[in-house]
Amino acid sequence: MPHRIEITLKDEVRDPRGERIKREIAHFLHLEVADVRTIDVYTVDAPLSADELAQVAAGPFSDPVIQNYSIDKPAAAGFDYLVEVGFRPGVTDNVGRTAGEAIGYLLGRPLAAGEGVYTSVQYLISGKLAQSDAEKIATGLLCNTLIQRYQILDAATFKAQGGVAPFVPKVQVEAKVEVNTINLEVSDEELMRISRDGVLALTLDEMKIIQAHYRDPQVVEKRKALGLGAAPTDVELEALAQTWSEHCKHKIFSADVTYDDGTGRTEKINSLFKSYIQKTTADVRAAQGDKDYCLSVFKDNAGVIKFNDDWSLVFKVETHNSPSALDPYGGALTGIVGVNRDPFGTGKGAKLIFNTDVFCFADPFYEKELPKRLLHPRRIYEGVVEGVEHGGNKSGIPTVNGSLVFDERFAGKPLVFCGTAGLMPATIKGEASHKKNIIPGDLIVMTGGRIGKDGIHGATFSSEELNENSPVSAVQIGDPITQKRMFDFLIRARDKALYRFITDNGAGGLSSSIGEMSEECGGCQLDLSKAPLKYPGLAPWEILISEAQERMSLAVPPEKIDEFMEMAKRYGVEATVLGTFTDSGIFHMLYGDKTVAYLPLSFMHAGLPPMQIPARWEKPVHEEPKLVPAADYTTDVKALLSSLNICSKESVVRRYDHEVQGGSVVKPFTGVDNDGPSDAAVVRPILDSFEGVVVGHGICPRYSDIDAYDMAANAIDEGLRNYVAVGGSLDLVAGLDNFCWCDPVLSDRTPDGPYKMAQLVRANKALYDYCTVFSMPLISGKDSMKNDFYDGTTKISIPPTLLFSVIGKMEDARLAVTMDVKRAGDQVYLLGATANELGASEYLAQKGFIGNNVPKVDAQAALATYRAYGAALKAGLVASCHDLSDGGLAVAAAESAFAGGFGIELDLAQVPFKGDAADKSDIVLLFSESASRLLVTVRAEKAADFEKAMAGTACAKIGAVTAEPAVKVKGLAGNVVVNAANAELKAAWQEPLKDL
Amino acid sequence: MTKAKALVITGNGTNCETEAAHACKLGGFDEARIAHIAELLTGEVTLDDYHFLNLTGGFLDGDDLGSAKAQANRLRYAAVEGKEERLVDQITRFIADGKLILGVCNGFQLLVKMGMLPALGGNYLNQTATLTYNECGRFQDRWCYLKVDAASPSLYTRGIEGGVYLPVRHGEGKFLVDDAKTLEAIETKHLSCLKYSDKNYTAASMEFPENPNGSVNAIAGICDETGRIMGLMPHPEAFVHRTQHPRWTREELPEEGEGLIFFKNAAKYVKENF
Repeated sequence: MPHRIEITLKDEVRDPRGERIKREIAHFLHLEVADVRTIDVYTVDAPLSADELAQVAAGPFSDPVIQNYSIDKPAAAGFDYLVEVGFRPGVTDNVGRTAGEAIGYLLGRPLAAGEGVYTSVQYLISGKLAQSDAEKIATGLLCNTLIQRYQILDAATFKAQGGVAPFVPKVQVEAKVEVNTINLEVSDEELMRISRDGVLALTLDEMKIIQAHYRDPQVVEKRKALGLGAAPTDVELEALAQTWSEHCKHKIFSADVTYDDGTGRTEKINSLFKSYIQKTTADVRAAQGDKDYCLSVFKDNAGVIKFNDDWSLVFKVETHNSPSALDPYGGALTGIVGVNRDPFGTGKGAKLIFNTDVFCFADPFYEKELPKRLLHPRRIYEGVVEGVEHGGNKSGIPTVNGSLVFDERFAGKPLVFCGTAGLMPATIKGEASHKKNIIPGDLIVMTGGRIGKDGIHGATFSSEELNENSPVSAVQIGDPITQKRMFDFLIRARDKALYRFITDNGAGGLSSSIGEMSEECGGCQLDLSKAPLKYPGLAPWEILISEAQERMSLAVPPEKIDEFMEMAKRYGVEATVLGTFTDSGIFHMLYGDKTVAYLPLSFMHAGLPPMQIPARWEKPVHEEPKLVPAADYTTDVKALLSSLNICSKESVVRRYDHEVQGGSVVKPFTGVDNDGPSDAAVVRPILDSFEGVVVGHGICPRYSDIDAYDMAANAIDEGLRNYVAVGGSLDLVAGLDNFCWCDPVLSDRTPDGPYKMAQLVRANKALYDYCTVFSMPLISGKDSMKNDFYDGTTKISIPPTLLFSVIGKMEDARLAVTMDVKRAGDQVYLLGATANELGASEYLAQKGFIGNNVPKVDAQAALATYRAYGAALKAGLVASCHDLSDGGLAVAAAESAFAGGFGIELDLAQVPFKGDAADKSDIVLLFSESASRLLVTVRAEKAADFEKAMAGTACAKIGAVTAEPAVKVKGLAGNVVVNAANAELKAAWQEPLKDL
Repeated sequence: MTKAKALVITGNGTNCETEAAHACKLGGFDEARIAHIAELLTGEVTLDDYHFLNLTGGFLDGDDLGSAKAQANRLRYAAVEGKEERLVDQITRFIADGKLILGVCNGFQLLVKMGMLPALGGNYLNQTATLTYNECGRFQDRWCYLKVDAASPSLYTRGIEGGVYLPVRHGEGKFLVDDAKTLEAIETKHLSCLKYSDKNYTAASMEFPENPNGSVNAIAGICDETGRIMGLMPHPEAFVHRTQHPRWTREELPEEGEGLIFFKNAAKYVKENF
């Protein structure tokens, strides 16, 4: 008989959770309720005595200073409606797990298999409500029915039935461990039905390749010898679907593309990845010669570059878009703890030193009707922000850099980019730690969490558009603490060289991790029945592809296995030997002693011919607005400062610990009141050294509306510009690309596929063109290619988006520069030329236009500016520096001024301009988003030296820092065209998101 | 002279062990050992061998049952392998031996929930105070001005003039007590050694964001009556060098950060008394 322990707050204690729910009911559902209070419920499914229950309730489950407890007796009273929300069976319940452990310590014995603690929350709502309102509150706000269950009781029913009956959400699966075979000797329609119904995301061509493999007489004969039939087992088909999924195989980036550039010229591109991304790095490294600092690129879970002789720097950025659309909290939490495993699983393992986050959402204040199944942008915003907050903070990794980008099309799918950097010793016991290998005979070991039905088909599901029938099982909830414990153990095991190879279990689960590891040595033999399960009853194929979180796969030499296992036990980490690596050439899965999958590695990994994708570029033409000059632009500047893309994100940023580990040098916010927006982050990962890691990023999806080539060019330039602004060195800098695209493959649903594919080609061309000039190797990256929503009638495709992250070094972090102006009398310089490039700017967006003149990046000019500026910074000539991006000069000047607490006076006539003089206007000079520009302030006595340092680049003194805290800009005609006090500007900038 | 030895416990979600150990070394400890809780429970590391115990920031067990609750329960009940004692016995002996404990953030939450602070009347296992959700309902990372009570017995805050400027990084930092008597005792005995204040350290503040969590009487840190055990929500180990200050690029600051004094005072005390 399960027991319910209910924890209530004492009457005099405030209930912030209840208060927040009350506010959200009003905001989202437009319902007024008088009061919301909450109760935490622990359902204990274990035979505890009354004494033990009381001890548990009084001890770990409640806080005697502020809470009361009640055992098997309902505590709720004084409400109109009660809503209780708990997890569905099988969904990760972190609090329940910790509660179970706490009981174990208290009783001196762990809970037995099958026993457990399950948590739920009761919301006691008072107010004049109808049952239908309560239903709306439950399903519209309190409960995500994909992962949670709820019940509603009105006061009378609650009383009549004597409270809420205990409910144990235990997974009850009939333990039938079956392996089925699938007959592929069927019609094409039937093949597609098999793919669709099984969420395999395999195309007809791919199904036919599999069909052909099983027809091969040699294969048939081999299988016969093993007692396998001619048809594939479900384990085999699932493993192939996972391995060949877009998510894991990057088929679009490896495809043969026929690109028509719009002028009739066509070009054959065999793999965008090889032709542009890999080539960029190869060419940069070749040019760098013996100064090459890349250590491991593209072949591991993250990229590795040299930091100094003793340490190597590791970096990876991932996306977790589809799961975040379905369950923003769980999806985003899994995103951040998932990317943590990438640097940790790179080489022999890295200590994690910081996270970066970039989120793309639709307007959280969106008020129009949304297609069914899409969550309101504000719920996505709240859930994603909280999920990443919990994942990052609880893992003890500072979140040092990021941004929020808004566009209505992200209602179709939000983009959730999470990045993590790590630091590894250059060598461990004399071996380079960025390298690893597997020797046949090494043992296959899995550590960390157990396997459940969560995350089944994550990889294949991410390879499809979001639709009404997206599978529930694709959603998971991460558990940062189980992962942290595992990392605490593994980093110590690494230093004792107890394993030879490590990789993470992410998309595709064991199928992916063991499949890829098997390529290292040439085969594997693994017994799926040995895998530790969360609950019995999983079919072998489910064990193989489950993406249950917090797991790493390792190759442990047999002579080290005892020490490894003993140490795991001591650190409270589950580790299991699942099999052996071999050189058989076969991915060999057993269940007990029965073979359930027998796939040649050559077929798994090389059996798929490249896709053939057409691409045709057609330059879009937008209406070119006629901009009427005004006498004053102060209102425009304030409106820009209040736009979602520009306004302060402080309410979000302060929720992320950006200082843990003690290395923070340039924080997200800076200036006299700690509230000016930094351009990039500087971190000292080694506390007794002043060497800094610098990280920044660029992202500008709006520019894709004109040309994805320029979108990519500007993202690269923005990332590098931010990095350089704070002091990042051009001598040790690397890039990391994350492509988030809408489906670019021509089909009935995507008739504009060739255009979207052409956009992708152009973005890749920009990547090569700019990174080679900047001498910036690409070290890792990721693509997510199906960011569309389609429900049969409405299709929403995201704007093609490249997030370009830049990471590198500064030799002495004590030379870092921040964006806030420092003192009155300093001279203001603008580096880089301004052109008539208002196309797709924030300014035009405010006026309801896109325009056509998208900013063009002049790579050579940019490089000259950045080099000269870097030298000036090193010489100590720079007081402040802020990059110009969204909103142009006007916004940058306002931000620098109010961050520093002094004023800025500018004269637009002094601004370096390039292009036709007829295009020069106050609007252009104030708001154009021309690339490669920096606003710098310099002490008057250093001005001459600074000008000398910048000689030969586009650089001009355009004004001065003033004691009066106001921004004043003189227009071309000599009159003042912007005039506003810092306080007003800052208020406009801080207003929009301050309460979120 | 005795070697001053500091111990930093990690594991189960502790996050600030590296910078805490670094601060101990900078503060003058001869040794700063980071020990995983597993090493304490297996008896590989014994508290008795150290003088200064650091319970640092983090999210013990994810703060799943309320901050630090699960670890408080673990420390209270978990037995040390091969010895006839629980970990809590080692801790109480450590206190009885006149040694030092500093709990920062999650470590403060742990001390309070185990009953080791304020520990009125020397009762170290009776919880009379707590730290709960910030009034604003959100995690906050921001720097705060902390006024120091010069009359406090805390050995850590000795020599601080006016106050210190340190970061807070927490979601559950609101200090509350079980009744008015406890609060009165804390105040009259000057145990509330740190209070959130204005930037001139003139008066304690209940206003957000100066007071980031709504703590009663603006209490940011307290000590026991011996002054040897102290807990605080702000992070002294996060400000030991000027480049950690949020405005170091615009203010003239000494090389050494203001948080280091906590560790210097601890090292000095150990060297003078052991």
